[in-house]
This record gives sequence, C-alpha cells and structure tokens, in this order.
Amino acid sequence: MVKWTEEERRIIRGVWEKVDIDEIGEELWARHRISHIDRALIVYPWIDRYFGSFGDIFTTTAILKNPKLAALGKVVLSALDTAVKNMDNFKAMYAPLSRQHYEKIKVDPDNFRLLAECITITIACKLRAELNPQVQATWQKFLSAVVEAMNSQQSK
Amino acid sequence: KMSLSAKDKATVKAFWAKISSSGEAIGADALSRMLVVYPQTKTYFSHWKDMSPGSAPVKKHGATVMGGVAEAVAKIDDLTSGLLSLSELHAFTLRVDPANFKILSHNILVVLAIMFPTDFTPEVHVAMDKFLAAVARALSEKYR
Repeated sequence: MVKWTEEERRIIRGVWEKVDIDEIGEELWARHRISHIDRALIVYPWIDRYFGSFGDIFTTTAILKNPKLAALGKVVLSALDTAVKNMDNFKAMYAPLSRQHYEKIKVDPDNFRLLAECITITIACKLRAELNPQVQATWQKFLSAVVEAMNSQQSK
Repeated sequence: KMSLSAKDKATVKAFWAKISSSGEAIGADALSRMLVVYPQTKTYFSHWKDMSPGSAPVKKHGATVMGGVAEAVAKIDDLTSGLLSLSELHAFTLRVDPANFKILSHNILVVLAIMFPTDFTPEVHVAMDKFLAAVARALSEKYR
C-alpha cells in the first residue's frame, strides 16, 4: 500500500471536496465513453455483453443522454470516494472490485488508466487553476494507486 | 477506424481557431505539468538549467511544441506526409520514446480543460483526444 504524507492527504481531500459526485459522475462517463468507445467496441467486442442492456451508446448525443451511463459514472466516483476516505488501506478494500472487473466484466486494464485520465480532465474543468502542477502530481499519485488496486487481482 | 472523421476535423479546427492565440501559454503549462507530474520525462531535458514550471526554457519549448500542433491542425487532412520532417526529427535526432507523446497529450488536454472549461465540452474533448493521438501516430511513423 502506498504511503502518504500529511500534505498529500490534505491535497487529495481538497481536490475531492470540490467533486460533486452527481454532477461529475454523469459527465465523466460521457467523456470516457465518447473518447474510447470506438476503440473499445472495435477491439473488445465483448463489451457489448456488459453494455448490451444500456440501450443506445453509439453516438455522442446518445451517450450524453443515457441515464444508465450517467448512473455508472456515479458508481465509479462513489468507489473513488471510498478510496479517498480510506487512503491507507483501500488496496485491500478494492480486491473484490478488482476480481469483478477481471473475472466478470473482463475490462482491458488499459481502460483503468484511460478512465483515470478522464477523471483528471473532468475535475480540471471544475477546479481550473486550483489544479496546479503540484496538486495534479499528488492527485495523479493517488489515481495511480487506485489503478494499481484495480489491477491487484489480475490473473489470480 | 481510428482515423479522424470529417466532423472530428471540423471540431478541431473550430476549437483551435478559438484557442490558438493562447498557444504559447497552453504549451508552457502543459510542459510544466508533464515535467512535474511525470518526472521520468525530465530525462529529455537534462541540458536545461531550469525545468521548473514557467521557467524560460519551459516557456520557449512549450511554444515550439504548440507551433507543431498548429502545423498539424493546418495539415489535418494528411498528417503523415505533413509531419514527415517532424517525425524524422523525433525518431532519429531526439529519439523520444513514443509513450511520452501520450503523456504530453494528456497534459495538453488537462490545460485545455482548465483554460476553456465551457468550450471544452465532451465532444470537443473527444475530437482533440483523437487528433492528438493521430499526431502522435504521425510522429511515430519514422520509428521503424
């Protein structure tokens, strides 16, 4: 498990305080899905199995209006909230989530990194200059630890 | 399938028209962030006296990079031949590991989100993401 200084904890809590899970959850998934859906659907056709029940996710307009995608965005951010509140032991707490994503959902692990990047960009729209290079660096350290936790049960 | 659609190109050109006057500021901020957030990239700039955010070498190089992006926008219909000499430069002279193109692209997108939060909609985000990925591919052309 990653070690955190007091300063880093303060920075991460400060960033997270500004995140409205409802507001950003909807937009986040739209940005991620729109950015990566072409790649995802062509390269990983089994994604249809998971998103098959979501309805129309094939155009930008549809993605932005899809309530199931919006709900999924909030689910993802709620999981992130757990990590913010448990910075010293979220790796263990994420083990079941990791297993679920590898064994049931079969997500290409690169998507964790891509979604993390989308989270940062979505938050950047909100925080603007407050997300200065140093804050971004600390936030990136946190998201990398989250991605690592999501990868922890790979091929177990 | 990863190539830019006509709509992507139109979106990129329209957005670029709005932001191009801030090109130097965007480049400086993106480069500053890359060096701080992904310190492994500093290895390419060890000859600089100062790699800190907003320093003279960072500003100058940020402007150079965004000049390249401007050129790519102008040549968006044929990036491979349009960016040929830049590709040779990155492959043979600079020898930048192409993985770093993704890192710089991400930081450019972060800066765009910060500087233009209303204009940087999800649709613009995806077009710019695809565009920067296409530029990175064109720059990697000469690597093999």
